[in-house]
Amino acid sequence: MTDNAPMVRFDGVRKTYGPLTVLDELCLDIARNEKVAMIGPSGSGKTTVLRMLMTLERIDGGVIYVEGEPLTHMERNGKLVPADQRHLRRVRAKIGMVFQQFNLFPHMSAMRNCMEAPIRVLGLSRKDAEARAAELLEMVGLGDKKDHYPSQLSGGQQQRVAIARALAMRPKVMLFDEVTSALDPELVGEVLNVIRKLGTEHNLTMLMVTHQMGFAKEFADRVCFFYKGRIAEEGPPQQIFVQPREERTRQFLCAVLEAG
Amino acid sequence: MGGAGNRARAGRLMLWDWNYTFEILPELARAALVTIEATLIGFVLAATLGLALAILRMAKNPAISIPATVFVEFIRSTPLLIQIFFLFFVFPHFGITLSGFTAGVLALGVHYGAYCSEVYRAGFENIPRSQWEAALALNLGIVDTFRSIIIPQAIPPVIPALGNYLIALFKETPLLSAIAVLELMQTAKILGSESFRYTEPITLVGLFFLVMSLVSAALVRLVETWLGRVGRRV
Repeated sequence: MTDNAPMVRFDGVRKTYGPLTVLDELCLDIARNEKVAMIGPSGSGKTTVLRMLMTLERIDGGVIYVEGEPLTHMERNGKLVPADQRHLRRVRAKIGMVFQQFNLFPHMSAMRNCMEAPIRVLGLSRKDAEARAAELLEMVGLGDKKDHYPSQLSGGQQQRVAIARALAMRPKVMLFDEVTSALDPELVGEVLNVIRKLGTEHNLTMLMVTHQMGFAKEFADRVCFFYKGRIAEEGPPQQIFVQPREERTRQFLCAVLEAG
Repeated sequence: MGGAGNRARAGRLMLWDWNYTFEILPELARAALVTIEATLIGFVLAATLGLALAILRMAKNPAISIPATVFVEFIRSTPLLIQIFFLFFVFPHFGITLSGFTAGVLALGVHYGAYCSEVYRAGFENIPRSQWEAALALNLGIVDTFRSIIIPQAIPPVIPALGNYLIALFKETPLLSAIAVLELMQTAKILGSESFRYTEPITLVGLFFLVMSLVSAALVRLVETWLGRVGRRV
């Protein structure tokens, strides 16, 4: 069953903050290895989608499935009940996330940042964790910065460490939450290059919230345009960026292009 | 100097008796060890209990966080001397008989544990939420998150504040004389009552506290500078 199921399925997912509806009955299937870019004005709910999938936010309605298995719920006697910690941790292990502000652990070297969770959570030996961390840091082009602390690295370098750190947990789904928004313009490229490389060399399902329209167009298999808590339009990049069907999409893209 | 003792034996009033001073020094030194022992054990207890209380107070479950908060507020709002008396005189009625030293050290530890928990709490509150989120996204459990991510970042900045409570606790140890623990103060009182000379024992005890406090404060400042230097790296 899990083989045919979409990698991630949002089924009528709702999120509210008091009277404010952030996400309204979101239905979205993401296939295995699919690269989905989520664009839209701020406050449109796209970041919330990633945060709910990472279980950083509670959902107020609907169910999220990962490989056919409910994420925040579990089946008991044929009924869906809220998940317990064990279930959450097991399903969450399939998902990794990279944050806008990197969120590296400032008291650990780049290497240690990438080793801590594999040792504590996956039970890797120190030696294995070290080898894996070194390999990943090499892949993101930071083989020579292993022993540097986050404060000794540029924003772009920190973000690449953060990507390596998430990959060290061997997730099946990677979430990128505006990962270049906090970077100086000249550092954006090095991070996008790493993501590009991930897309071609690894079997990863990727969801990214981004304002880099050029990158979304070139990299994504599908683009979802969020507007006021709903997906206003979705389709291949060619459709969204070249021939958007919705007026709102057109307006948003015009505004972004002008600003860019 | 040699004549001082003779004059004392002659019963004449004098400001400071050096012979008597050297006579009581060994006994005061032994008592000083008791004071230091009470301070160190009391503080280890306070630092540990404080950390545990601070963590319990952060629990999402109010059945855990509220009792911890009530306990801290209760301890901080009642005098240490009453807590010492309570452990020493009242606990035996419930079948728990503690020696003076044990009761005193326990009271010091619990009392300052409540204060330390506030210090730790401030330290924890300074950790941005994004660090917790990063730990969760890496699937770290709550114990690993505290041990590897939160505590190593939260504790170093509050070490100076904890150090100040170490000094405060040290200066409160004379309260243990109220339940006849043979620490410095009690020993000085006994020596004074035996010889009818209080000047030397009480002054010496005061000097001891002064010197130890100054040295400790200097050490705390040293640690502070050192942490500042390490802090710049991270």
